[in-house]
Amino acid sequence: MSTAATATLAVTKVDAPTIEYGKLSPILIVAGVAVVGVLIEAFLPRPARYRAQLTVALVGMIAAFGAIVWLARDLPDDHRGSITAMGAIAVDGPSLFLQGTLLLIGIASVLLIGERRLEPAGGDAFAPQAAAAPGSQQEKDAAAAGWTQTEVYPLAMFSLVGMLLFPAANDLLMMFVALEILSLPLYLLCGLARRNRLLSQEAALKYFLLGAFSSAFFLFGVAMLYGYSGSVSLDKIGVASAGAMDNDALLLIGLAMVAVGLLFKVGAVPFHSWTPDVYQGAPTPITGFMAAATKVAAFGAMMRFFYVALPGMRWDWRPVMIGVAIATMVAGAVIAITQTDVKRLLAYSSIAHAGFILTGMIAMNDAGVSSTMFYLVAYGFVTLGAFAVVTLVRDARGEATHLSHWAGLGRRSPLVAGVFALFLLAFAGIPLTSGFAGKFAVFQAAARGGAGSLVVVGVLCSAIAAFFYVRVIVLMFFSEPKADGPTVVVPSVMTTAAIALGVAVTVVLGILPQPVLDLADKAALFVH
Amino acid sequence: MNGHFPWLTTLAALPFVGGLCVAAVPAGKRRLAKNVALLFSLLTLAVAVVVATKFDNDGGRFQITESYSWISSFGVRWSLGVDGIGLVLILLTAVLMPLLILASWHDADEAPVGADGSAGAGRPAPRGTHAFFALMLLVEAMVVVSFAATDVFMFYVFFEAMLIPMYFLIGGFGGAQRSYAAVKFLLYNLLGGLVMLAAVVGLYVATANQGIGVDGHGTFDFVKISQAVATGQLDIDPTAEKALFLGFMFAFAIKAPLWPFHTWLPDTMTEATPGVAVLVTAMVDKVGTFAMLRFCLEIFPDASKYFAPVVITLAVIGIIYGALLAVGQTDIKRLIAYTSISHFGFIILGIFVMTSQGQSGATLYMVNHGFSTAALLLIAGFLISRRGSKTIADFGGVQKVAPVLAGTFLVAGLATLSMPGLAPFVSEFLVLVGAFTKYKVAAIFATTGIVLAALYVLVLYQRTMTGPVRPGNEKLRDLVPRELAVVVPLIAFLLVLGVYPKPVLDAVNPAVDHTLSRVEQKDPAPTKPIEQAAGTEAHTTGGSK
Repeated sequence: MSTAATATLAVTKVDAPTIEYGKLSPILIVAGVAVVGVLIEAFLPRPARYRAQLTVALVGMIAAFGAIVWLARDLPDDHRGSITAMGAIAVDGPSLFLQGTLLLIGIASVLLIGERRLEPAGGDAFAPQAAAAPGSQQEKDAAAAGWTQTEVYPLAMFSLVGMLLFPAANDLLMMFVALEILSLPLYLLCGLARRNRLLSQEAALKYFLLGAFSSAFFLFGVAMLYGYSGSVSLDKIGVASAGAMDNDALLLIGLAMVAVGLLFKVGAVPFHSWTPDVYQGAPTPITGFMAAATKVAAFGAMMRFFYVALPGMRWDWRPVMIGVAIATMVAGAVIAITQTDVKRLLAYSSIAHAGFILTGMIAMNDAGVSSTMFYLVAYGFVTLGAFAVVTLVRDARGEATHLSHWAGLGRRSPLVAGVFALFLLAFAGIPLTSGFAGKFAVFQAAARGGAGSLVVVGVLCSAIAAFFYVRVIVLMFFSEPKADGPTVVVPSVMTTAAIALGVAVTVVLGILPQPVLDLADKAALFVH
Repeated sequence: MNGHFPWLTTLAALPFVGGLCVAAVPAGKRRLAKNVALLFSLLTLAVAVVVATKFDNDGGRFQITESYSWISSFGVRWSLGVDGIGLVLILLTAVLMPLLILASWHDADEAPVGADGSAGAGRPAPRGTHAFFALMLLVEAMVVVSFAATDVFMFYVFFEAMLIPMYFLIGGFGGAQRSYAAVKFLLYNLLGGLVMLAAVVGLYVATANQGIGVDGHGTFDFVKISQAVATGQLDIDPTAEKALFLGFMFAFAIKAPLWPFHTWLPDTMTEATPGVAVLVTAMVDKVGTFAMLRFCLEIFPDASKYFAPVVITLAVIGIIYGALLAVGQTDIKRLIAYTSISHFGFIILGIFVMTSQGQSGATLYMVNHGFSTAALLLIAGFLISRRGSKTIADFGGVQKVAPVLAGTFLVAGLATLSMPGLAPFVSEFLVLVGAFTKYKVAAIFATTGIVLAALYVLVLYQRTMTGPVRPGNEKLRDLVPRELAVVVPLIAFLLVLGVYPKPVLDAVNPAVDHTLSRVEQKDPAPTKPIEQAAGTEAHTTGGSK
């Protein structure tokens, strides 16, 4: 590895940083798409924007996915990647695997964001004019004029750029920049819901305030770690911390603070309190995007941070993380039982799942990395599919997210209810769904990594979680439909495609997970 | 191993494909859907018979094997193979399924009763009938895979996945409280299954750490694991072995069900339609007892021996408890559910006394209990559907208006109380003999179960069938040809296996001897020659290493 050489080179010749553009092409393509999206907003007439934005975003993401496949084929035989951009970005197995996952989730999310058949009055899930105060005349005028905002596409793309960078960032500053790039557009997107705008704006504000807090923690931790090791590069921190014999306060504080920032993003207990409110308030396509993609990106970054920068400190951070994982699983599963809103229910379920994913991450072995990545793929598509189904069940006030409205849905729309039941069963980890394969993968990794207690807690929490998933199925299939119950709107081909993708991944990874497991196994090595 | 025709995969795939075909039948054509379901269940039976003819009682342990790569990262292969025990249980499943479909012919046609007990609330779902029969076939496919799987993971996957179609069968069709029963069924069994998952992971890690699998992965190959255990190559720490045994046993004890994990069964059997109730007790629950015999005993022999007294105690409690509660029931289906708990006690007792008579008897009991419960429940179901009530007090004098129904019910009841000459007698006798040679006290207590059985069956018969015709019973129709077609084969099996159980025992005995040799148990030397049970040879071979 020529890291050291390029680093010294950089010190002497500041004016000529070497950037391997080819290796960064997936990120650059998506960034380019986002910029083009902004230009479209500026220069195209309003009616033409929707189609242009959608096309550019989808084509760009597909191209970026192609670039990832191309880079993955170029990885050397030992599957070690390389470090580019002056040591700031790692192009290795985990980066590429997670970036590929993110792009696929991104494609499905954009399909959901672009859905325009569901609102009876036309338009999409987003406010016609975000700047208009909720309930004002201005808002009514905008709605009456049939305005739609297409800024959501470049915003989503910018967020995706941050997500693609986050798991690949090889120094803490780049990681922080990625964190902010992914977060800021998301804060905004959360506040753009067409219906229940106050709730949506509250969600955005809450997310922003708490997110800003956690970013501050993260940055503070970075400063501490820099103070300890004299570098923000994960490798150098890894080298410095490997020899840490005494309890070095700077190192421990820095570690804890960075971990707080990362755990906030994945929604782990005790940094989870934003999750239900934000998931409930955000426009549902954004909730799906956020729930699936943010988790993938944040867990990727977390794994790189712990596996590359702090493997020598594992005896210090592992017990704490085991505690966090247990608390996350228990709190998520138990609190979910009392929920009466589908989106809040899915939010608490996502907290519980963050605990299961942490179980795999804590294993600290290759199986831990590959099983965590497999779980993220399985979980991401199930989540996206579940939120996509939520967008379809509507009454006069928009999405009917209160659980009581879902009673008897299975009688009225067996197909939609059946698909949702499949996703719930996958969340519950029933065999022959992707959720089971993922759960088994992380549990066996944890057990082999010596965290047997986590496995026991994990299965017990799965049993608790099964209770509320089953409750929804009971409600859908075995309850009498209400007379004024919601209707299931027939969506356009885009939402249908996103749901179909979710179903396909859930079933295929449940029955034949081996190809993806192989891929994750091969991609499990972090470059140092 | 490979290269032959994949008989067992075909056997499992047939009902699965059948289920898909039934589901694909257009919504209006109920009759066609039923006929397709019946056709596929008969085809499955035909293939099962072919498999049985290919099985050689004196051949190796697992026969008709096949094995394909499945999830190599977890060391999982799609491995199927049957020993005698698996084979007879697969045959039981295949024989019962067409009969259950015939018996349930009209059960899914009307809208199920509402939660408040109002009949036919709402319209029937347009594809309700299709779903019912498709799910039945799906369960059959999963049960067959569970009996034939020689890979622990694969067994687990289907053992668990089976819960979902069962859940929809119980919750979607049946009595007023069916939704409650379905949730109870699912949560109990899911909890058991998830605890077992931890044990499955533990087993995997043990095999991986001790290098039983390939490339540092663990393995789930049952043959490999059981051999490694027998040769001492896989040496699990005793405490860990006990924990793993309990993890497996917990799931199986809930499924079987063993007292005190049984409370889901009465609710399920009371609320489900008779066909589904038989599906639960005669097939799905048998997977639990089957798995105790195969997985618990062979993978964790030392822990099995350690916990045997506990399990035996619980089994004996279950025998007496189930029988006592059966005596006091006022609901026909609930009564039959408690008799099943009592009988599962006998089966588990037979397995854990670890003698050859006990285990052969237990296996035979699984088959016989399947037939006797099916007969009793289905005939009771016919009776209940005629009267529209399942309360015993509503019946009386039925034998005057419907003599054939009453007569067959009596035969099924006598089989349930283990009348000599009918099949369950042989198995119950073998279990008790097997228990008596090692655990005299347990056997003596278990015998009281027989006495109580006579009580609950005869009182049930007396109250419902004899005496003056109760108001509301005057117009009860006798069995129609479709129902006779269900009942006659069941009674025939009960009679034939009652006087000539040799074919089943011949198939089962080698497998039982093998299991016993793995747990290093010998039958105690008889102080005097054991009297031969009807048609069986008291065999004392095997057991020694």
